[in-house]
Amino acid sequence: MAGPDRDRLSWYEASARQRLDALLDPGSFTEALGPAERRMSPHLPLFDLPRAFDDGIVVGAGVLDGKAVFVAAQEGRFMGGAFGEVHGAKLVGLLRAAVAAKPAAVLLLLDTGGVRLQEANAGETAIAEAMRAIVEARAAGVPVVGLIGGRAGCFGGGGLIAGTCSRLAVSEGGRISVSGPEVIETNKGAEEFDSRDRALVWRTMGGKHRRLIGGADAFCADTVAAFREAALRLIADAPAFDLDTLVAEQDRLQARLDRFGDCRDATDIWARLGVNDPDAVPAMDTPAFEETVAHLREATHDAR
Amino acid sequence: MTRAKTTLAEILASLFPGGHAVTVANGLIAGDGPFEGGRLRVIGIDGDTPLGIEGALALAGHVLDAVRSGDRAPILVAVDSDSQRMSRRDELLGLNECLAHLAKALLLADRHGHPTVGLLYGHSAAGAFIATALATRVLAALPGANPSVMDLPSVARVTKLPLDKLQEMAKSTQVFAPGLDNMRAAGAVHAVLDPAAPLGPQIRDLIATLPERDGRDRLGRERGGRPVAEEIAATVAGQLRGR
Repeated sequence: MAGPDRDRLSWYEASARQRLDALLDPGSFTEALGPAERRMSPHLPLFDLPRAFDDGIVVGAGVLDGKAVFVAAQEGRFMGGAFGEVHGAKLVGLLRAAVAAKPAAVLLLLDTGGVRLQEANAGETAIAEAMRAIVEARAAGVPVVGLIGGRAGCFGGGGLIAGTCSRLAVSEGGRISVSGPEVIETNKGAEEFDSRDRALVWRTMGGKHRRLIGGADAFCADTVAAFREAALRLIADAPAFDLDTLVAEQDRLQARLDRFGDCRDATDIWARLGVNDPDAVPAMDTPAFEETVAHLREATHDAR
Repeated sequence: MTRAKTTLAEILASLFPGGHAVTVANGLIAGDGPFEGGRLRVIGIDGDTPLGIEGALALAGHVLDAVRSGDRAPILVAVDSDSQRMSRRDELLGLNECLAHLAKALLLADRHGHPTVGLLYGHSAAGAFIATALATRVLAALPGANPSVMDLPSVARVTKLPLDKLQEMAKSTQVFAPGLDNMRAAGAVHAVLDPAAPLGPQIRDLIATLPERDGRDRLGRERGGRPVAEEIAATVAGQLRGR
């Protein structure tokens, strides 16, 4: 793929491999432990479930605008992009290699429902290992940038991994949360969260809300080109991992709770943030939304 | 096999026979006590309490205070929690950021020379488990602890498999089944302590032999609960370093 088609490719619709193909400089990607090696889940057959040759994640090295980067891309269409034993270990191996190899950045194309329940203990532990490895990479001076805009969103432990990254770019379709809508509804009832209310889901967990409150650092149109441009910008402007950053994050999150803790709906928060017409936010196009964000103090910070 | 779990009061009495200043408020544990000529800081969650945005920030604040003090005192993270608090409000206000912030604070403390030790003495699950016990350098547990990612009835609902079949599979397949033995087999729990012996020396010994690197995948292979993770991670890292 080249030219305009490559640039216009929808991030939401694309597969993990298509995203990497179009994101990186043409022909630059080298996969580690690729599908030809057929390192599949040893556990899914017990559940009579089909396996994937790459266990739903593509990891490797490539070049982004001339800079050497490491990348991991989850395939949201295989088991919801969930973390199983092989899947998680591939991410952990990539991050550990980054600490020593010091690429210009690690890009995490997150697209996940969280832990794969059929391999729950392995997935949960791998998420903890990945978070430790992200912190080690960041402390070694390697920015770790999350790109979120896939079908599966970024839920469960994926949400915690997102919160560990140096920077995050998100599109309108990129939902970020810990408990997903169905999980909250199943445990607490539809009065607490009606998972079929799509507008409520987007307002509470969607990319625009995360960008407005400073939970993400860039908002992208749903194209690979937009994510590429955002990734380059965020790599160049990544906060250090140190005490000052975490103290600033503590203050930032505490201030958010103090200021918005009594809000029932995202539109209440947006109004209090100073958005003129909160009800218009969901329908705003990307330029209008970016103009809105540019006036908000909370959205842009180094406290992550 | 179910064992009675050790209570927080019993743990604190065993750790600090001469008394301590550890308190519990709203299910959140914070304080310290004398330990090995210095002191041991304690944070955590008691009483099967779910971890929400306020709790995560409160605990992270204590950890950052410790780092700021520069005393390099060990930090014990004692956990008997529910999962993350499941609510619209928590997610609206960025629970993922707050839980990740707590984990990052613990990982920062470790980097600043504070030995971080988890002590799982009750339940824990999902995001609360990742943000607390699993963010320490080494995680110990007491018999009767009951960690899980998700309980089997919920797994049955999500996987659409009959509960009795899952219960049967859980006997032979450690990778998905809840419980301490299975989390130990995965390498997530480093050691199970002896509740009949004083805890202070057991925690001291854990601190004296902290693993230099994250060895949870090696333990998972040795114990059989995570047979391939170590080799997969090492192969990926080897291929990338060899470029």
